[in-house]
Amino acid sequence: MATMTYLQAISDAMREEMRADERVFVMGEDIGVFGGAFKVTDGFIDEFGAERVMDTPLAESAIVGTAIGAAVEGLRPIAEMQFSDFVSCGFDQLVNVAGKMFYRQGLSVNITVRLPSGGGFSGGPFHSQNPEAWFMHAPGLKVVAPSTAEDAKGLLIKAIRDPNPVIFMEHKHLYRRVKGEVPEGSYETEFKARVARAGSDLVVIAYGAMVHTALEATADLDGASVEVLDLRSLVPMDTEAILASVRKCSKVVIVDEANQMCAAGAQVAALIAEHAWEDLDGPVVRVATPDVPIPFSPTLEQAVLPQVDDVREAVRELLDF
Amino acid sequence: MATEGKGNVAEGETEERASRLAGETGVSRETEERASRPEGETGVSRETEERASRPAGESDVTASPAGEHLTLEDRTGLLRAMLSMRGIEERAMMLYRQGKVPGSFYDGFGQEAVSAGPAWAMHGHDRLCILHRDLAAHLIRGVAPARIMAQYMGRAGGITGGRDGNVHFGERRVGCVGMVSMLPDMMLVAAGLAMAFKLRAEQRAALTWFGDGSTSRGDFHEAMNWAGVQKLPVIFILENNQYAYSTPTTSQFAVDPVERAAAYGFPGVSVDGNDVEATFEVTRQARERAIAGEGPTLIEAVTMRMHGHAAHDDMKYVPAEQIEEWRRKDPIDRQVKRLEPLGVDVVALRSGVKAEIDAAVAEALAMAMPDGETATERLFADEPALLEDAESRWSGF
Repeated sequence: MATMTYLQAISDAMREEMRADERVFVMGEDIGVFGGAFKVTDGFIDEFGAERVMDTPLAESAIVGTAIGAAVEGLRPIAEMQFSDFVSCGFDQLVNVAGKMFYRQGLSVNITVRLPSGGGFSGGPFHSQNPEAWFMHAPGLKVVAPSTAEDAKGLLIKAIRDPNPVIFMEHKHLYRRVKGEVPEGSYETEFKARVARAGSDLVVIAYGAMVHTALEATADLDGASVEVLDLRSLVPMDTEAILASVRKCSKVVIVDEANQMCAAGAQVAALIAEHAWEDLDGPVVRVATPDVPIPFSPTLEQAVLPQVDDVREAVRELLDF
Repeated sequence: MATEGKGNVAEGETEERASRLAGETGVSRETEERASRPEGETGVSRETEERASRPAGESDVTASPAGEHLTLEDRTGLLRAMLSMRGIEERAMMLYRQGKVPGSFYDGFGQEAVSAGPAWAMHGHDRLCILHRDLAAHLIRGVAPARIMAQYMGRAGGITGGRDGNVHFGERRVGCVGMVSMLPDMMLVAAGLAMAFKLRAEQRAALTWFGDGSTSRGDFHEAMNWAGVQKLPVIFILENNQYAYSTPTTSQFAVDPVERAAAYGFPGVSVDGNDVEATFEVTRQARERAIAGEGPTLIEAVTMRMHGHAAHDDMKYVPAEQIEEWRRKDPIDRQVKRLEPLGVDVVALRSGVKAEIDAAVAEALAMAMPDGETATERLFADEPALLEDAESRWSGF
């Protein structure tokens, strides 16, 4: 075991896979010589060369489209969007070409698309988004979102090896803020939820950066026993784990950093309403970003992104219900 | 590299091209002109120069724009592929009108040479991303007509098993990737295929077709630029059939897109899209360039969409004289005129194709419709399922 940041764990996953499998290569804007906007591929070009650490033109549709072509020919590209926001320019290739390819014609598309996502540092409306729900709604794409360093590595390795297109949501705000013990070598983390903290009075369901917000908000809450369920995978969604936590705790708060309309949490809420109605001891409560672009100024940004106090307040209210 | 594409753009050529459209010899004026310039500057291979220096061959109706590169067997194979394509599509249109083909139906009547020639020029280990009016390419790669008929009818035995309709298919086992409706998305996928060949240092090439309307979208630019920057072994075939649905090319672009190739650093070549041996030859040359590491080629195959955009479209927006003019340039008639004097039994060829299609229709009609229960299955792959090789068709391989 080694202590790594979330960012180092992501780098480590790609390095391990590139060393072990020559089919794996990385491509994206400024990822080679510069090492990536966030330095996730720092030093890769020296170890693997410019062909496997490919600096691409500034063209997201082309990054995704050519990755698809390389994948159906047997390679395993890992494409980086410089910021998750720019995936909107590659949306068509992901949704219409990659997502539907296997269903339509039995041709598997083994691509991993890394999306540095999320806000919290004045990135403004074009560098702070959480676009995972766009892709949850597009059949044929898997969507995962780690919250810890250990899971970042294991989920990314699993994604790289998965014969299907996988959208890998890596939260920028966790890159250097989150550290943890990470196993050496290669390992896969299943696309399933994990109980981040066990509890019995209420469960907070979250993923990505909001797992940490949830843990902090409920660390010491008047002695209440609060479970935190880390979804880790949004597609496939771990229905069993969600319903198990709900049945155990009977009260649910769902947290999304994404805009609330049709967010991952909305799907979780629908799932609970449909399958666990009789197990509930109160309304399903959601905490999410209101449906506005993510504003730039710190005071505005903090006003919209779910904060520790927002989650704490929501949990308190529901505990008192 | 920067000088390679410059041969395409000459003053006054655009108007000439517009008025000329399909040249008599099949090899376009641009190619001939370029061939008279020093090689290397133009990116066009020696064969073109040699041929261009020969008399036009108008006296010999059997002469081929591909010269010695096509045997009589190749030339007959090209005709057969075009006859099959037309026969299958005509029959499918009847089935559509009988209510046996759901949705709509899109055909490539009159454009058969655009897919047949290029597909013939590609090796079995090359890859194709095929457009909706390019059925001959599927046939040349070896897809059985019965499975194509079943595909049109949404049967379980069709290439997509009823999951996608009409010509939205690609048989991965013969190295083909099916198109999507967002055009020209497959230009990028083809560039990606070529990128894989380049990364693995393989002498293989990828080819894709797209229409005149496609050149207005951003993916055209992204693919052209990417392929130029990375010098990829990819062949882009712009199928200029004069109309994108009802929109004529005059409302689509101000400058013929073949001239854009120069701006991306590689050659653009215009060819008579109704001459199957010319489309073969220009693709053969582009493939040679590609596998020699010289990069992409844009080929503009000038043709005409002789039917509506789809079965429902009566094409009232096309002047009748334009259709008549192009009817005289029918690619099948043209190939028949070439081969009959050489002793090819075209009557036998036609009846063989008809018998094959009759059998294919019967076989497809006997296939089951897919079980509704399976509609939600097989969304994700459990194991990799990748492209595989086809058999090469050209005698030169």
